[in-house]
Amino acid sequence: MSDDKAPSPSRRQLFKSLSLVPIAAAGLAACAREADKPTDLSASQGDYTPAFFNAAEWAFIRAACDQLIPADNIGPSASQAGAPEFIDRHMQTPYASGDIWYMQGPFIEAAPQFGYQGRLPVRDILRVGIKGIDAHCAKQFSGKSFAQLEHKDQEELLKSAETGKLELENISAKEFFSQLLNETRMGYFCDPKHGGNKNMAAWKMIGYPGMRADYSAWVEVRDQPYPLPPVDLAGKRG
Amino acid sequence: MAIVKPKVDAVIVGMGWTGAIMAKELTDAGLRVVALERGPDRDTQPDFAYPRVADELEGSIHRKFLQSLAKETVTVRHSIKDTAVPYRQMGSFKPGTGVGGAGTHWSGCHFRALREDLNLRSNMKQRYGAKFIPEGMTIADFPVTYDDLEPHFDHFEYVCGTSGKAGVLNGVKIPGGNPFEASRSREFPLPPNRNYLGAELFYKAAREMGYSAYPIPASNASAAYVNPYGCQMGPCNFCGFCSDYGCLNYSKASPNDSILPVLRLRKEFELRTHAQVLKVNLDSTLNRATGVTYLDADGKETEQPADLVLLCAFSLFNVHLMLLSGIGKPYDPVADTGTVGRNYSYQNLNRVTLFFDESVQANGFIGIGGGGATFDDLNGNQLDNAKAGFVGGGVIWARQPGAGPIRGITTAPGVPNWGSAWKQGVKDAFRHSFYYEVQGACMSYRDHYLDLDPTYRDAFGRPLLRMTFDWNDNEIRASQFLVGKALDMCKVLNPKALSGDAKKTGEHYNITRYQSTHTCGGAVMGSDPKTSALNRYLQSWDVPNVFAPGANAFPQNNGYNPTGMVGALTYWAATAIREQYIKSPGALIHT
Repeated sequence: MSDDKAPSPSRRQLFKSLSLVPIAAAGLAACAREADKPTDLSASQGDYTPAFFNAAEWAFIRAACDQLIPADNIGPSASQAGAPEFIDRHMQTPYASGDIWYMQGPFIEAAPQFGYQGRLPVRDILRVGIKGIDAHCAKQFSGKSFAQLEHKDQEELLKSAETGKLELENISAKEFFSQLLNETRMGYFCDPKHGGNKNMAAWKMIGYPGMRADYSAWVEVRDQPYPLPPVDLAGKRG
Repeated sequence: MAIVKPKVDAVIVGMGWTGAIMAKELTDAGLRVVALERGPDRDTQPDFAYPRVADELEGSIHRKFLQSLAKETVTVRHSIKDTAVPYRQMGSFKPGTGVGGAGTHWSGCHFRALREDLNLRSNMKQRYGAKFIPEGMTIADFPVTYDDLEPHFDHFEYVCGTSGKAGVLNGVKIPGGNPFEASRSREFPLPPNRNYLGAELFYKAAREMGYSAYPIPASNASAAYVNPYGCQMGPCNFCGFCSDYGCLNYSKASPNDSILPVLRLRKEFELRTHAQVLKVNLDSTLNRATGVTYLDADGKETEQPADLVLLCAFSLFNVHLMLLSGIGKPYDPVADTGTVGRNYSYQNLNRVTLFFDESVQANGFIGIGGGGATFDDLNGNQLDNAKAGFVGGGVIWARQPGAGPIRGITTAPGVPNWGSAWKQGVKDAFRHSFYYEVQGACMSYRDHYLDLDPTYRDAFGRPLLRMTFDWNDNEIRASQFLVGKALDMCKVLNPKALSGDAKKTGEHYNITRYQSTHTCGGAVMGSDPKTSALNRYLQSWDVPNVFAPGANAFPQNNGYNPTGMVGALTYWAATAIREQYIKSPGALIHT
């Protein structure tokens, strides 16, 4: 992944010092669900320093990801699987800056069947959307950010973004939500080389064998589940 | 001042299936050929090598084998009174780029047309009377017959190592194949592939419903194979990375593994990649092409003079180039004049997913692009169109090109999009569901067409192609009828849950959801130069040293995948060039 969009040293410094408060807050919130965490904690995101998101955005991403894919007895949460790290890294790729999208104007309103017709690439859709949601939260919840809300309030807010009931400045909440959900799912299920799906935990959850790339012996087997654990692009076995 | 290259006999725009076939045939005939491909060079090694090619994020999200819409795209609108907006993100259809084109990332379904598909208009008239064809439906007969194309269907299947079972061989019905197909002169080069669970159960359900299921002809080799050009293929190992991906195993036929290994050794053939063709140049008569202008890899404007210009780009971009270059008269749907852009059609694709409990090992990650099973009992003349209430038939099939979690996991009805219930839903569905699809024909209409957009431009400053298209009542009725039949069939298998997506009455075309890359028409072949851009040899009526093979030539689309037909038409056109045009350049049909 490209490194050339990394923040300058001074910005890095700035958000290292800022990062303590919101991350700790998000961490506390996550504790509520620690009890039924099924997998090991080695996959937790505490040691990853974001290079794209600032501290406030990072706190949002971690909190929102774990609402979308929570920890439970089915499988790891998004952040346990490394989805926030994936998203931070993915936002630095040419894809997220609109490399394969048609980005020329005019940008006119069109029916939903024509998809997103705005002028923002994915990384800015996320940034503008996060800012919008946090601004909404500050107004509605006496100065609190999304990451600082109760779980129930976070969930409600994401639901109203999903349906488009929530109105945000500068962006359609529905479009923002849809990109956020896509990115979170990708971070959950991608090959570990992209930063998410740590220890192939999400693949194990659904029984995806990864890049085995040869199933000729198993095409006609009907009476037993596919027996082999996943293998990733680096050849590691899960 | 543009760089001017030495003149060649033929210049080919685009190095997908049609470009590779033309290059092979024309160099066979001794012509010196230069091919210009807008994308990069690609070969099995290193571009499709395992494991790197099997990266879902790169293949299905970053779209590494597809054209970048930032450079070229289309605009779309539902009707002539709307303002079109750009196809900004990849969705409904997926044009490829690079050597191999869409022939690299296709699945491998390799059908011939039915005999009656090629004379649809006269067949409908004969069966139900002229009034059965609705006002504004502009379907037409192909100006070629099945018998014209049979040797070319056959040859292309042998080039591709197509795996299947003949249903009618030299007029005799053969058990196990499609009893409704037009007669073949030879058995398939390879036997059918083995069945995954969903395909096996498809045979069972079809039998109970009284349908005659047969193996989908698949250009995914069922055994080791050497094609007539000496190119080698290995047996498909069901890796699950077919659609969207280049084949890591030399199993899926592609220009890259089935034709280019020979072409690359020929001194009469030169391939220039990163060569973006901007337009075809015409002389002052506007009836003769002098070559093409392109941007070379360095961005320098370059002219390639040639006696013969072969437009072998993706169907949409063949039409685009003709419009930009002034080859033929642009279609005007209001005045009903002109030909280029006329009769744009698509494919009517619908899916039903069957969910089972965890004792059923559907294993969607096991995949083969073109394999599976289908039947023709609701296609061609087997369907009573008057009773069904629409023109055109379709097929229902079981196909499993390979699922992975980044490509998306369809969950059972009622499962939310996120949260613990979603996690449970994807876990339940991933290994224990499969889908059947309805692939319906799509008719052409007076107000469905392609032209140049008045507002939006591509990265090279040219107007984008504008598509005016929506679902017509006829296609919606077809969708509802065929999906209804598919659901009846699914019930035989007693799934735990079932989801289906027949088009709703009044539903509009949605460009955000992938449906099919079978964009057809726009520069159609025909016998009347007033209503077709190309004659029966895919030669421009207006500029006879330009040929435009591709699905752009279909006057409407049938229920099958187009690649088998596209390959056959290209060999047919190449034969006409070799046997007639080279001896006596000029119009092959006189008007």
